[in-house]
Amino acid sequence: MHKIGLIIRREYITRIRNKTFLISTFLLPIIFILGIVGTIYLGIKGKTSHRVAVMDQNGYFKEYLKSDSAIFFDFSPGIDTLNYAEKNCSAVLIIPVLEENQKTIYRLKYKKQLGLTSIDDLEKRINTAITDHLIYSKTNISRGRLDSIRDASDIAELQTFSDEGKKSEASSQGLSYGVGYACGFLIYLLTFIYGAMVMRGVMEEKTSRIAEVIVSSVKPFQLMLGKIIGIGAVGLTQFLLWIVFFFALFMVAQAFIPHELLMEVKNMQSANAMGNGQMAQGSEAAKQIFELKQSIQHTNWALIISCFIFYFIGGYLFYASLFAAIGSVVNEDPQEAQSLMLPITMPIIFSWIIMAMAIQDPAGPLAVWSSLIPFSSPIVMMARIPYGIPTTVPYWQLFLSMILLAGGFLFTTWMAGRIYRTGILLYGKKPTWKNMLKWAFKS
Amino acid sequence: MLEVEHLKKYFTTQKAVDDISFKVNKGGIFGLLGPNGAGKTTLIRMITGIFYPDEGSILFNGKKFIPDADYARIGYMPEERGLYKKMKIGEQAVYLAQLKGLSAADALVQVKEWFIRFEMQSWWNKKIEDLSKGMAQKLQFVITVLHRPELIILDEPFSGLDPVNANLIKDEIFRLAAGGASIIFSTHRMEQVEEICDHIVLVNKGKKILDGTVSEIKQEYKENLFRIAATPFPALNGNELFEVITKKEESMTIRIKNGHTPNDVLRYFIDHQSNISGFSELLPSLNEIFIKLVEGTSLSRQFQPNQS
Repeated sequence: MHKIGLIIRREYITRIRNKTFLISTFLLPIIFILGIVGTIYLGIKGKTSHRVAVMDQNGYFKEYLKSDSAIFFDFSPGIDTLNYAEKNCSAVLIIPVLEENQKTIYRLKYKKQLGLTSIDDLEKRINTAITDHLIYSKTNISRGRLDSIRDASDIAELQTFSDEGKKSEASSQGLSYGVGYACGFLIYLLTFIYGAMVMRGVMEEKTSRIAEVIVSSVKPFQLMLGKIIGIGAVGLTQFLLWIVFFFALFMVAQAFIPHELLMEVKNMQSANAMGNGQMAQGSEAAKQIFELKQSIQHTNWALIISCFIFYFIGGYLFYASLFAAIGSVVNEDPQEAQSLMLPITMPIIFSWIIMAMAIQDPAGPLAVWSSLIPFSSPIVMMARIPYGIPTTVPYWQLFLSMILLAGGFLFTTWMAGRIYRTGILLYGKKPTWKNMLKWAFKS
Repeated sequence: MLEVEHLKKYFTTQKAVDDISFKVNKGGIFGLLGPNGAGKTTLIRMITGIFYPDEGSILFNGKKFIPDADYARIGYMPEERGLYKKMKIGEQAVYLAQLKGLSAADALVQVKEWFIRFEMQSWWNKKIEDLSKGMAQKLQFVITVLHRPELIILDEPFSGLDPVNANLIKDEIFRLAAGGASIIFSTHRMEQVEEICDHIVLVNKGKKILDGTVSEIKQEYKENLFRIAATPFPALNGNELFEVITKKEESMTIRIKNGHTPNDVLRYFIDHQSNISGFSELLPSLNEIFIKLVEGTSLSRQFQPNQS
């Protein structure tokens, strides 16, 4: 045991002292944040507005189709399918004579793709226009009255609460989704980064031929385990540094919120605490910050972080030993490593795809099953946990998933250890999968 | 000090080690010889605890060898050797000594002592990639013996060394043996074996084919060859005593026929008024014995199907 300790220490210290560790620890969160900010910024600023020329054979759409900053309808009389591009329009919409109760085909010709969301938007506007036209022509409601009804009816606001028996917690689907996605992604990323690091470490020992020197001092299994644990500790250190980093960033960001806004938020909080069902008055910005604060406060961070650490360690151990086994059978050729790695990287990538689907329906059968099976459970379960325990994820599922994962990594480590033991001293020929299975399961 | 008895290790495609026994004495330098692929490395890996033998036993000072407990008593320098390329040399040596069971403080003292002995103090903060092949070899030797092992196993320790450094290592080997360490020296360079080893074992195709001290073996394989220098040579035709192998101006190599002695030959020369200026026995070199024994068996080992 003392020797494993020595190996762990060496693996840990040489990596922590390495410059790439420092750089990746501080650069990755910055890139992450810049990425998020960048996409949001582009999403807001980068919305293109489209001018759509309309050739209406009914003559009344001009009154009903509403233009705004996203889509502007151009009803200039001289416009047609030949010259719309010259008149600065990106597309031309041809509306045929409408026949009642019949699906009618509208044609849109374009020189420049409008994009899926714009097309959806356009279709919705056309339908609204038809509805409006029908209401006016069939009833004798005035136009002003219809508009005011429309405005007055747009007041439903869905608030979600997770039902935990006696008390109901306000929950935010959006935040759960975001946190779940981020957790799943992080596990995916860390498994890959640190799994590959284990593999490279093993390959280094094999190709530099120090492996045989070391296995005359310790058992191969001790060497493998020491490496895996040492590198895992590096990963954990990095994760804890990230938490500190984000916490600090959160504090700094709060300092930038104007004072008046904070006061408003405080008022809302006290109003809410007194049990006033009605929202206190406040500006839109204050309302948003208030809601964000509410949902952040109601999220059980301690639970999420401790589960994250468990699933990170479990998933890492599950895959790292397999990566170590691959590293042990590879000779100098990096191409060989690529092809041997495939059966291990595929399940990780699949888990990621499954997670992206499961997160849409976190209590559905796909989500439940894939969060129990150890191959995918670290990634998928971490995406589900932010939705709430024990509501979305019942306790039995959590515990079963944890036990299966622990059993899973004990099994993969045992199996990988047996492949590693033979592979690390074998030079020259590339072993087949059949060879490796034989090493793993025959004495 | 080390006794190997009926050791066997069969792999699926061949019998790597097939019933080999030998003994290594305390303070002895033992040569393990054999052509490539004879099973030397497999044999050594079993002695160092890397492989478990299929059959047979290894006794260490009369007690059964237990890898976990006995790692610290063995120093092994494999033929395929290397060190961490990016780790500082001093730290690396201390780390590897600790893995062998030395305490951190003891390891540091030992490493410093050896670095001074080999004049490597300035290497402490360098990395392996900065060293030449010969320098790395010296370091590897130091790392092998740092923890004062009782049994030192060296697989081709001189490959890649210049004569000066080879001598340095050779002297160290003698010094360690004099200090009580047993040394197993594996090689196929016979001239080194003759110079260094006092006892040898020759393995071929997984089996032991020769075992004894260097002089015993030479006696056993001698072919009654003698070199005689004399002027003038007597008439050589038709004598019953010896046959001439090679002949030079003033000396020749002869083989004395069975049933005759060197005395008979000398008497023959004297009787023929020949002035003898030199007479000596020619013992075969290990190299010749090695080639004689191994030749004919195809050097690259065939893979034979294994019945077991």
